[in-house]
Amino acid sequence: MAGRMVDISKRWGFHGVEALKNASPGYKMLMGLFALLALAGVAVGFQGMFVGYHHVYGVTRQISWGLLISTYIFCVVTSTGLCIISSIGHVFGGEAFMPIAKRAVFMSIMFMFGGFCIIFFDIENPFRMAIWNVFSPNFVSNMWWMGTLYGMYLVFMIIEYFFLLEQNHSLSRLMGFFGLVVGIAAHSNLGAVFGMLHGRPFWYGPYLPIYFIFSAAMSGGCAILFFTTLGWRINPEIMNQRMERAVKAVTQVTIFLISVIIFFTIWKIITGMVSEGKQLVIMSFLTGDYSINFWVFEVFLGMFLPLYLLIRSRGNNFNLILTATGLMMIGIFFMRYDIVIPGQMESVYHSLGVVEEANLLTYTPSFHEIMVSLFGIGVIGLAYFAGEKMLNGHQLEKHEIVPEGGYICPGCGAIHFMEEGETEEDAMKRHHRIW
Amino acid sequence: MKFPKINFDNLKNEGTESVTAQERRKFLKLGLAVAGVYAGGKILSLTSIVGTAHASGGGVDLVKRYPYNPHYSMVIRQSLCIDCEKCVDACKSTNHVPDDGYRTRILTKKYSGTLDKQVEFIPVLCNHCNNAPCVRACPTRATYKDPVTGIVRMESKKCIGCKTCMLACPYDARYFSVERRAVDKCDFCWEERLSKGETQTGCSSACPTGARTFGNLTDPDNIVYKLVHQLEEQVWVLRPADDTKPNIFYMKGNMRSVDNILNEQKFKFSAPQKS
Repeated sequence: MAGRMVDISKRWGFHGVEALKNASPGYKMLMGLFALLALAGVAVGFQGMFVGYHHVYGVTRQISWGLLISTYIFCVVTSTGLCIISSIGHVFGGEAFMPIAKRAVFMSIMFMFGGFCIIFFDIENPFRMAIWNVFSPNFVSNMWWMGTLYGMYLVFMIIEYFFLLEQNHSLSRLMGFFGLVVGIAAHSNLGAVFGMLHGRPFWYGPYLPIYFIFSAAMSGGCAILFFTTLGWRINPEIMNQRMERAVKAVTQVTIFLISVIIFFTIWKIITGMVSEGKQLVIMSFLTGDYSINFWVFEVFLGMFLPLYLLIRSRGNNFNLILTATGLMMIGIFFMRYDIVIPGQMESVYHSLGVVEEANLLTYTPSFHEIMVSLFGIGVIGLAYFAGEKMLNGHQLEKHEIVPEGGYICPGCGAIHFMEEGETEEDAMKRHHRIW
Repeated sequence: MKFPKINFDNLKNEGTESVTAQERRKFLKLGLAVAGVYAGGKILSLTSIVGTAHASGGGVDLVKRYPYNPHYSMVIRQSLCIDCEKCVDACKSTNHVPDDGYRTRILTKKYSGTLDKQVEFIPVLCNHCNNAPCVRACPTRATYKDPVTGIVRMESKKCIGCKTCMLACPYDARYFSVERRAVDKCDFCWEERLSKGETQTGCSSACPTGARTFGNLTDPDNIVYKLVHQLEEQVWVLRPADDTKPNIFYMKGNMRSVDNILNEQKFKFSAPQKS
């Protein structure tokens, strides 16, 4: 049995818990910090659940989706984006993108899981959801589709990751394709959860489902760059020629996608300014309460600074890429927040001109909401840092870990196994059979 | 193609006596039904007559076309509301609404520079829309349109508390009730009153001025039917652009024409040439 375990760990390139033990004290402290965040978050979350969310959360009757929903969206957008960008390589065969696949799929699963952790503390009756989602489905509800499709997406991604570890490229490609289709369907449904609410002009329309997909791709590119360059800081050995080429390719795609999102944002602002239902909210972005969120975080940190820095980096200055994408992750978080909260700021009775609803509604995240969000972030961070060590930096072509009978594929850089009497070329053909 | 020149000033008045009252009525109904308007003025899409009117070829037998029977509905005569909030209190005690929530409330609208009054009160509650956004949005069908009465009701045990319905509602009619562990809303007092044989909701029976009139829209003798099916005074709904086809109708409601209708006085038209 033990021999078998060793065999699998070799085959999958695991370093196991040993790697964590050998990590530097600083690294252990960093992991401890994230573990502490996660633990504190989950404790505060359960305390809130026990006391009653209405006492501890900042959400109200009229602003009923707050920080938790926007952090959930941040997580699932990033997860879908990681899937979209990595699929360019291992699903559609863009060779330059292939080396990023393992880390991207791993992080995609973790972001999805982190998102579910957060939503668990947002939904009032999460246990009922498991029952009635199955026994009383509403097929015209976007919420139902979003939840169901994201559940399927998580399953597909886990199976895909298993096949990536197994070096079974045919099946991992098939699962990656299903995961991509389901993920995009789920994610555009998430946009439609907002986009199909008639009473909320700031959200209503086809804009959000479309925007969500492009925005996800941008977040995915950003996240891949961030986690890859951070992985390089942790263990410089993960960088090699093929990985450098992959980072360059992802940088180019991300630059393009940031430009697309700038374009989206410009037209959102301009069309919103002439729309009766959106104008107030848009003005609060430009000059009002949300102007710091919008100008500093969303526009400067989320778009223009990373665009400039990524262009400056030329795709090979990894420190610059790390800075740019790190800032961009913060900016993207505010982008999500600026979709969820402002959409509810204008009361449905505002247009009636009544005294009670004359002002825009306000929302401030409460301590509990912040802690529960940090629970999700802590889980993701912990998973990332543990993964970098235990999974040996998600490497594919490190000579020490190539097991017997395996070889490094010159095409994809992965480890392939030859069956008996098979040449390397035949093995490569078998692994890269197109479906 | 040339347009014929018509000099309107010199046209002879054909008079109205040549048109029978029946034809006149049919014409009116046709026009109103096609336009989706059934209550004088430029308003709204009242209930779901709109979708079916074209097929009926002239909007006759309108009564049969209300999708529910009894089709419960409320007409709010806005000018009669004095903001005494007895309806809100009655609602709270009837339906055990917690202090931090409400199923109905009264909004205040202030005016300046008007001669008759400076303030107006607008009671709001669930509109029991025929095309209810909350029913579509609910992932587990915990909220549904009652197939008989058209009341939008909750099946609390199915509510997962995702709060999508609260955001989908364009009338802010929903809140999360901790006691029920589900979203709570107005059910026209179905559970506490109507299902027990009463004919009025808590709020409408508590209203001292008759601002809230509750009834059955399919019954031609019902006050609600009469108030909606008249041309003299404008009837409107809140947020018509959302196309929810609500069942709460608003009117000023203090004109003599309304009293005439309620006193069953027939509509008279004048024929100037006969006088």
